[in-house]
Amino acid sequence: MYTILNKKQLNPDTVQLDILAPKIAEKALPGQFIIFRVDEDGERVPLTIAGSDKKTGAVRIIFQTVGKSTLRLGDKNPGDSIASFVGPLGQPSELDEYKGKRVAVIGGGLGAAIAYPQAAYLHEIGAKVDIIAGFRTKELIILEEEMKAQSENYYLITDDGTSGRKGFVTNVLEDLIKEGNEYDLVLAIGPLVMMRAVANLTRPYGLKTIVSMNTIMVDGTGMCGCCRLTVGDEVKFSCVDGPDFDAHQVDFNEAIRRSVTYREQENHDREEEMKLHRCRVTGEVRHG
Amino acid sequence: MDKKKPNMSPVKVPMPEQAPDIRNRNYDEVALGYTLDMAIEEATRCLHCKHRPCVGGCPVNVQIPDFIEKIVTGEIEGAYQTIIETNSLPAVCGRVCPQENQCELVCVRGIKGEPVGIGRLERFAADWHFEHMEKQPEKPASNGHKVAIVGSGPAGLSCAGDLARLGYDVTVYESLHVAGGVLMYGIPEFRLPKSLVQTEIDQLKALGVKILTDHVIGRIMTLDELLEEEGYEAVFIGSGAGLPGFMHIPGENMNQVYSANEFLTRVNLMQAWRWPESATPINIGKRVAVIGGGNVAMDSARSAMRLGAKKVSIVYRRSEEELPARQEEAHHAKEEGIEFLMLNNPVEILGDEQGNVTGMRIIKMELGEPDHSGRRRPHPIPNSEYDIEVDTVIVAIGQSPNPLLRQTTPDLKSESWGGIITDENLLTSKAKVWAGGDAVTGAATVIQAMGAGKTAAASIHAYLTER
Repeated sequence: MYTILNKKQLNPDTVQLDILAPKIAEKALPGQFIIFRVDEDGERVPLTIAGSDKKTGAVRIIFQTVGKSTLRLGDKNPGDSIASFVGPLGQPSELDEYKGKRVAVIGGGLGAAIAYPQAAYLHEIGAKVDIIAGFRTKELIILEEEMKAQSENYYLITDDGTSGRKGFVTNVLEDLIKEGNEYDLVLAIGPLVMMRAVANLTRPYGLKTIVSMNTIMVDGTGMCGCCRLTVGDEVKFSCVDGPDFDAHQVDFNEAIRRSVTYREQENHDREEEMKLHRCRVTGEVRHG
Repeated sequence: MDKKKPNMSPVKVPMPEQAPDIRNRNYDEVALGYTLDMAIEEATRCLHCKHRPCVGGCPVNVQIPDFIEKIVTGEIEGAYQTIIETNSLPAVCGRVCPQENQCELVCVRGIKGEPVGIGRLERFAADWHFEHMEKQPEKPASNGHKVAIVGSGPAGLSCAGDLARLGYDVTVYESLHVAGGVLMYGIPEFRLPKSLVQTEIDQLKALGVKILTDHVIGRIMTLDELLEEEGYEAVFIGSGAGLPGFMHIPGENMNQVYSANEFLTRVNLMQAWRWPESATPINIGKRVAVIGGGNVAMDSARSAMRLGAKKVSIVYRRSEEELPARQEEAHHAKEEGIEFLMLNNPVEILGDEQGNVTGMRIIKMELGEPDHSGRRRPHPIPNSEYDIEVDTVIVAIGQSPNPLLRQTTPDLKSESWGGIITDENLLTSKAKVWAGGDAVTGAATVIQAMGAGKTAAASIHAYLTER
């Protein structure tokens, strides 16, 4: 069992938890992920590590409460525990070569939480970091102050223009490139369609672009192949070969198709879980 | 002992089984096991021949005639104790060992008629013990030495059991959330009940074996850290063959194409057959094709049938004669209504724009000259392609060793195909590190892995006592 140390609600559907896992905290590097299971009947869900502290043994995860497992995880409070917390998994991001170089870090929605530790690491080793953070609307903005502190320039953009500029992260990046900003690396983390759009934008410029592929997984150790994706001519496993890949080589259309494999079951589970949540609010008996 | 005349029946006492048309829709165990009377009757078929070929045929050298003799005299607990002197997982082996290629292959009774049902008798003794057991085994006195084992599958558990009995302080590291490896994630409930695997593991825990789940060695700790920082004097790697093979044909990344590993892991380990009670889903269509001809293919096909598929076909590129699966498994699969498409090889998986599988293009094959494995090599028959309608495809064409430990341990030498290189005592190229089972040989059987765990345990013991 793994104990929850701290909890913070970052926006209405995004939760940050610090979980006691000293051995993982000791080893975790930017870009790596963990797999959690809430309870004994829980599924194995991968989440990118959002930070870790060797001194306290805490590993930070940030997630959206959008499915059965994340809703249940979001219900947990400090002092509660969860059944499994496995990691650190995946290859760490290769960032050290960007010391002194210019990097654009793009985080879309929850992707901002995943991009943040990478931006912080790059900032720490002396890269010049510009952050472009995109959200659907103002109330979903997360980690704004933290990201400002780890960047030269922070660009905020919302789909509806309720905060910052109106539009998409690609609008900002395109302008920055056209204004003559020369980046050595673009790191884009967010929804698959956003990462595909960034890849399409940077491809003609030959601008190296890395994306983090958060595919469906079961074991997360290279055993099942559920997380496979096409990168160039090869089939790769996101869990052991990634999760970082060259954005210009990734077959995003295939990845998007594969990401909805269990859409029907996910919707069913979410609806059932939401019913349980409503019961709790109205004080009725909660099952499960 | 009363020297009764042996039972000269040329056939084994039949094993009671669930009827095929009932069992192919439930997850309960197929074979129901002998009663005491059946076991005694079968046990009396043993001739107790002097040269005991069966013992040599067993990878862990169970003293077979001795335990069978105890069954004849009704000392079932004694029979169990004889078995566990050399075999840490008798209830498992009695069910999933390919006895027909091992102990029963060399049984003298097999010359004229069927060999003694050694596997069935082993299963009986183990089941009887668990049913009548009053207390867990006692923990042996500690010898003060610490050994780490990576992987809690059959190789790791067998090694752990042998070392624990010698008084070693043994810790098994398991990457998944449940111990047992392939016994838990791979072999289905209807062939090997999970509660039984758990009971076997509990016996090892009673001997003092510690099991740490959720620990991916290579990531959370390296082999060097186990040896240098955690104070282990030896490490045994039994990390199995978990890397799934694919065909590399067009359409293989469509949504309802599973590796057998993924399919079976979802069903067995994650209990997707109980969804939505368990949280992990699985998609089973009406028509399922399983590619491959081994036990894993049979397990996948039979599981798919139990999950509600209307039609399940096994597509194999050679003929039925070359099927690598145990005869019994193929026989059970056929009884349960699985279609066998032999000498057929998939060339493409067909699908719609959303990436959903709609069919499979297959080419017919014929057999040519024998290849290096001695089996006749299959060749495609030109222009013989045809399409079948399927909505789920399971690729069961083999697994290779998991690369994680190789990648994170530079001084651990391995073959180009991934198997860890060892000497005859299973010592690797890295000092104080042994390896065995599928991680060394590539995908093989439970009992071969257990044999390797045993060999490594003996070698580790020799090393730590002779040092």
